[in-house]
Amino acid sequence: MAWVVPAVQTVHILAVAAVITSALMINLQLLGVGGRERAVASTTNRFVSYLWWSLPVLLATGVTLIIGEPARVLKSPVFLLKMGLLIAAVSVMLVCRTPLQGGKAFWDLNGRRRWAVRCIAAASLTLWVAIIFAGRWIAYVQDA
Amino acid sequence: MYRTHEVLQTLLQFLQHSAIATGIREGETLFPWIECVHVLALTLVIGSIAIVDLRLLGLGSRDRSVLQTTALALPVTWSAFVVAAITGGLLFSSNATSYAYNSFFQAKMLLIALAGLNMAAYHLILGKGAADWHSAAQTPWRVRVAGGLSLCLWIAIAACGRWIGFTISTPT
Repeated sequence: MAWVVPAVQTVHILAVAAVITSALMINLQLLGVGGRERAVASTTNRFVSYLWWSLPVLLATGVTLIIGEPARVLKSPVFLLKMGLLIAAVSVMLVCRTPLQGGKAFWDLNGRRRWAVRCIAAASLTLWVAIIFAGRWIAYVQDA
Repeated sequence: MYRTHEVLQTLLQFLQHSAIATGIREGETLFPWIECVHVLALTLVIGSIAIVDLRLLGLGSRDRSVLQTTALALPVTWSAFVVAAITGGLLFSSNATSYAYNSFFQAKMLLIALAGLNMAAYHLILGKGAADWHSAAQTPWRVRVAGGLSLCLWIAIAACGRWIGFTISTPT
């Protein structure tokens, strides 16, 4: 059964690829890199759904990895940091989405909102990158 | 053949004893940090290539043209690939004599070469006429095959990468 851990880790990494690439595509649009030919809401929809669908895969493979090696994960303080960062990243996405219920153009209405959404995009991207880094560091920081 | 092996061995030793490789091997945190950047870069390579592959297969970005999709994704692919290759090279150098003889490392390099050939075949031959593939239904079957093959190759590359970490003998 030596193949189980690397196999589950591979699926986990592929789901991470879906999340980080979607986050990059969404946030590059929000930051205005590569042109803003469409309203913020319509361009992000496609990648937001990829991102949401990847999260259950990450959760399932992540839980499997914890069950497989509980001490390795739970004794690492970096794991707690990673979970904190994950809650923050998901919260940022939810908060960013809520005003869109009232109308698709919310973040495009005026200059101040466009500026605010750029700050949110930069913060969101930073959080997802930090989550990936923390994930790798779980293997190295073992003292708790 | 014996000669080639000796030359390769000398080159690997030279690389492994270089100042950079020694620094990575003996540093407390250098290896994990380079690994972090390598993981970030490779997830972006695979994710952005998957956007193109899924469009070629007719499974994703169905309402966008192939050219719109490649224009969005390939700049990310190439920049991330450069970062992944540099960080990968640094990780390799720190333990070159072990990595070079690891089967999963060898398989990974072979699969990356195959993915590159597949991509070249697409850009030079199969992808001619991409300007006409506005919706998913218009993509020819040979292009769908290339997209599916690329997706399989990159998944296998990710798996090999992970397996290297479990099979490599670390220097003490």
